[in-house]
Amino acid sequence: MAKTADRQVEHLLRRAGFGARPDELSLFREMSINQAVDLLVNYDSLVDDVDQLIGKPGYAGTTVNGVFSPQSNIAHARQRWLFRMVHTNRPLQEKMTLFWHNHFATGYNKIAGALGAAEGARYMAAKSAEDPGMVRGQIEMLRENALGNFRDLLTAVAKDTAMIVWLDGRTNFKAQPQENFGREIMELFSVGVGNYTEADVYAAARVFTGWNLARPGVNGDPTQHYEFVYNANQHDTNAKTFSFAIYPDGGKTIPARGAASGMQDGIDFINGLAAHPNTARYLAAKLYRFFVSEFGAINVTFVNRIAGVYLQSGYDMRAVMREVLLSPEFWDESAYFARYSWPVEFVVRALKDVGWTGYSVNDALTPLSNMGQILYEPPDVAGWDAGQTWFATGAMLARMNFASSLAGNQKFNLANAVKAAGTGKTPEAMLAYFGDQIVTAPQDASVTTELNNYLHANGAWTGSDAQLQAKASGLVHLMVGSPEYQLV
Amino acid sequence: MKVTRRQFVKGGMAAFTVTFAAPEFVSDLARAQGAHTRNLVILYLGGGNDSLSMIAPYNDPFYASRRPSLAVPAGQVLQIGTDSSKVALGLHPRLTGLKQIFDQGRLALVQRTGYPNQSRSHFQGVDIWSTADPVNSSGLGWVGRYLDSLPSPVDPLVGWNTTGSLPHVLMASHTSVPAISNPAGYSFSSPNGGAEAAAERSTALKIASHLPVDRPELAFVYGSAQAALGTLDRVATVAAYAPSLAYPASGLGQALRAVAGAMNKGIGTRVFYVTTGGFDTHSAQNVNATNGAYYNLMATLNDALLAFFNDLKNQGLLDDTLLVSFSEFGRRITENGSQGTDHGSASAMMVMGGKVNGGLYGTAPSLSTDPSNPTLENNAGDVKFETDFRSVYAQVIDGWLGTDSVKLLGANFKKSGLAFI
Repeated sequence: MAKTADRQVEHLLRRAGFGARPDELSLFREMSINQAVDLLVNYDSLVDDVDQLIGKPGYAGTTVNGVFSPQSNIAHARQRWLFRMVHTNRPLQEKMTLFWHNHFATGYNKIAGALGAAEGARYMAAKSAEDPGMVRGQIEMLRENALGNFRDLLTAVAKDTAMIVWLDGRTNFKAQPQENFGREIMELFSVGVGNYTEADVYAAARVFTGWNLARPGVNGDPTQHYEFVYNANQHDTNAKTFSFAIYPDGGKTIPARGAASGMQDGIDFINGLAAHPNTARYLAAKLYRFFVSEFGAINVTFVNRIAGVYLQSGYDMRAVMREVLLSPEFWDESAYFARYSWPVEFVVRALKDVGWTGYSVNDALTPLSNMGQILYEPPDVAGWDAGQTWFATGAMLARMNFASSLAGNQKFNLANAVKAAGTGKTPEAMLAYFGDQIVTAPQDASVTTELNNYLHANGAWTGSDAQLQAKASGLVHLMVGSPEYQLV
Repeated sequence: MKVTRRQFVKGGMAAFTVTFAAPEFVSDLARAQGAHTRNLVILYLGGGNDSLSMIAPYNDPFYASRRPSLAVPAGQVLQIGTDSSKVALGLHPRLTGLKQIFDQGRLALVQRTGYPNQSRSHFQGVDIWSTADPVNSSGLGWVGRYLDSLPSPVDPLVGWNTTGSLPHVLMASHTSVPAISNPAGYSFSSPNGGAEAAAERSTALKIASHLPVDRPELAFVYGSAQAALGTLDRVATVAAYAPSLAYPASGLGQALRAVAGAMNKGIGTRVFYVTTGGFDTHSAQNVNATNGAYYNLMATLNDALLAFFNDLKNQGLLDDTLLVSFSEFGRRITENGSQGTDHGSASAMMVMGGKVNGGLYGTAPSLSTDPSNPTLENNAGDVKFETDFRSVYAQVIDGWLGTDSVKLLGANFKKSGLAFI
C-alpha cells in the first residue's frame, strides 16, 4: 500500500518539480514524505543521465536541422531544457535552476548582440564537457549550484561571462564606474530594494571595478573563449564605505588596499551581502512565493524560520530547501493549488499528464512565447513578473491553444489509452478516467456538468475509434485549457 | 447586422459582462452622427529614457562638458525654440517626424517630470509610475482604477494591451484588459474540426461563464478566459484593418497599427497600452552616430509615432486620440566610463493628439555642477523634478478622460500652467 497519498505526492512534485510522470508517481507514493523530500533534495546520489535520453524512442522528441547543438544554438538549448524538465530524475534540480534563472535573470539577446548568436548560446547554455574551451554557460553554472551555498552562487554569478556582459561589467572602469551590476546585486540578487542607499550604489560600482573578461588565445581557435579576469589596472583602490555591515564585526568600510589585492573588495562585499539578514529574508520570501503560496500575504513565521535556517546553515540552500519542503506551511491544505503556474510549468506538466510520445518539445517554444515565457530570455534583470500577470487574455488564449495542439498531437494515444483502460464505453467513464489522469484544482459542479454535456454533444455515443479520438482530444483540450488546471 | 448583448455573470468579485458582437454598428452610427470618442494611448519607454538626449539643452556649456561623447552637438539638433526659462532646446536629430507634429502644435513636451525622492530602481520606478503612488506602489494601476470606475457593465474590450503580459498600469480589481499583441493570431484553436470544434468552443465559453464563488484567485483566471473568448470575433475584425499608410515593421509600429485598427473598426476599446524598450543605456549609448543605440531608439519612436499620427489624421481619428508617454526615470547627467548613462531621476513626458495644445511645458534643468544648483539633486548628479508626474496624469484625467483626478489619484495634483489639453 502506498505510504503517501497521491494528492500529496502530486502537490510535492508540482512544486518541487514540474508535475508527476506515471513512473514518478509510482516511485514516490511508496515513500514517506520525509523519504520523498530526501530523494528530491539529495539528487546528487542519482546519476544525471537525462541528456543521454535525447533522441531515444519513448521520450519526447526534438526538432533540429543538422546536428543538435545546444551549446551554440539557443533554440536547441531551449529544447534541451524543456526535455530535461520532462524526463529528469532530479526534478528539484531543474526547478531550482529555473528559480535561479529568474533570480539572476540574464537575457540571451543582449549577450548574442554583443558576442554573436553562437557565442551567446555558449555563455548561456554550454556544458563544459561539450565545449571545446570547457566553457560552462550560466544556466549550467546555476544547475551545478542549484542547491549549493548562496555565497558561492553569488560569487560565481559575479564572475559569470554572460552576467558581466549583461550588466556591463566590461566597462566598469575606475575613472568612471559603471553602476549597473553594483545596483542590481543589491536590489535584485541579495538585500532587496529599500535596503541600500544611492551612496551604496556608487560604492558597490567601485568595488567591482576591474571585474572584467578576457579572451586570450588565437582567433579562430575553437577553444578560445571569454573568461573572468581581475584587471588590477582598472580597480579603484580607495576605501568603500556602506550603510550596512560588510564584516562580521559590524565594520561598514572595505579598506583601501593595493590594486594587486583589490579583488578582495568584491569577495568581502559578497560575503557581507550573503550574511545580511535582509538577504535571508528576501530569499525566504521569494521561496515562499515560488514553492508555498502566491495567495494572500507572505507568511511571516515562515520567512523568519527559513531566514534563520539560511543564516545558521551558512547559506546552505540544500538545508534551506529541505526545511521549505517539510514546512507545515507547505503542507497546509490552503497551499494546494495556491500558485499560478508559470508557462514552462504548465507546458511540462501538461506533457507529463497528457503524454509526450510523438511530441517534439520544439513545438512548445512558440506557444511558450505567446504565454509570456521564453527560457534564456527573461524580460529584464528582475525576471518574470509571474502571478496574475501570466494571465493576460492573450496569454490565457495561448494556454488554451497549446492544450489544443498537444491534445491533437496525442489524439491516437489518448483514444488507445481510454480503450486499454476500458473506459470508452460511456461518456461518464471517459470523464472519470481523465479526471484521474489530469488533476486540477477543485472544480465546481458546473464544470463537470459542462464537460459531460460536451461529451454528449453531436450525436449518440458509439465508442467508435473515431469518436474516442475526437472526444478524448476535445476533452483533454478543455481540461488542460481550463482555469483550474492553470493553478499548481 | 445583429446586435446581441448577453450578460453572463451577476455578482461575484469579478462581475463584468461580455459584450459579444457588433458594437462597431453602434459606433459607426454614433460617428456618423458626429459623436466623438476619447481614446487614450499609454506609451511606456522601457528602461529609463535619457531625456537630455531626446530634448537637448544644447547651449548649456555643462551639457557638452559632462557628456563629452553623448551630447548632441548644437549644430545637429532640431531646434524647437526656448522654454519659459529662456533655455534653447532641440530635439534629437532623428526625431524629424516628432518635429513636424510639434510644429503642427500637436505635441506637448513636459520637461523635468518626476516626484520627490525618485526611485532609481527600474522595477520600483515602473510600479510608482504605474500606480501613481510613490509611497505604496504595490496597488492597482492608475489606468486600471479608471477602468474600474466606469459604469457597469464594462465592455471586456474597453482596454487593449498590445504586449504579452499585463502591465502594472492596467491592473484593475474587476476589469480584465485583454493582451492582444497580434490580432491575426488571436483565435481559438481545436484538435478537431466542424461541429466538434464548435462544441469545444461553446463548452469553453460556458465553463468560463460560471465564475467560481469565494475563490478570487481562480476567478481571476476565469475572468481572463472569459474576456479572451468573449472578444475573439471583434478582435478578428481588426486583423482586416487596411491603414492609410505603411507602418514601420518595429514592434511599436505594429502595435500602433493595431491600435489605429481598433479605433477605425470601432470595436469599443478606449484605453490602449503600447511599449518600446531598450532605453536602459548603461553603455555604448551612441546618441549621435547613425544606427547608434540611442539613435535607433529615436528612430523607432519617431517612425512609429509619425505613422500613427498621420494615419489617425487620414482616418479622421486624430481628434479622438491622446497619447501619453512615461519612462521610469531619466538618467544621470554625467556620462559614465562606458559612453553610457546610469540610472537618474527626473525625465520628460510627451503628450500627443489632435486636441493637444502643443509646445514646451516646464523648464529645462541647468546642468551646472554647483551642488547648490536648484534644478538638480544628488550633488548635482541628477535632474530634479519640477512637475510631479501626477500633475500630468491629473490633466489627462480631468481634461481628457473627464473624471475626477482628485478621486482617482487620491489627492489634488492639479497644476496651473499645464493646460496641454
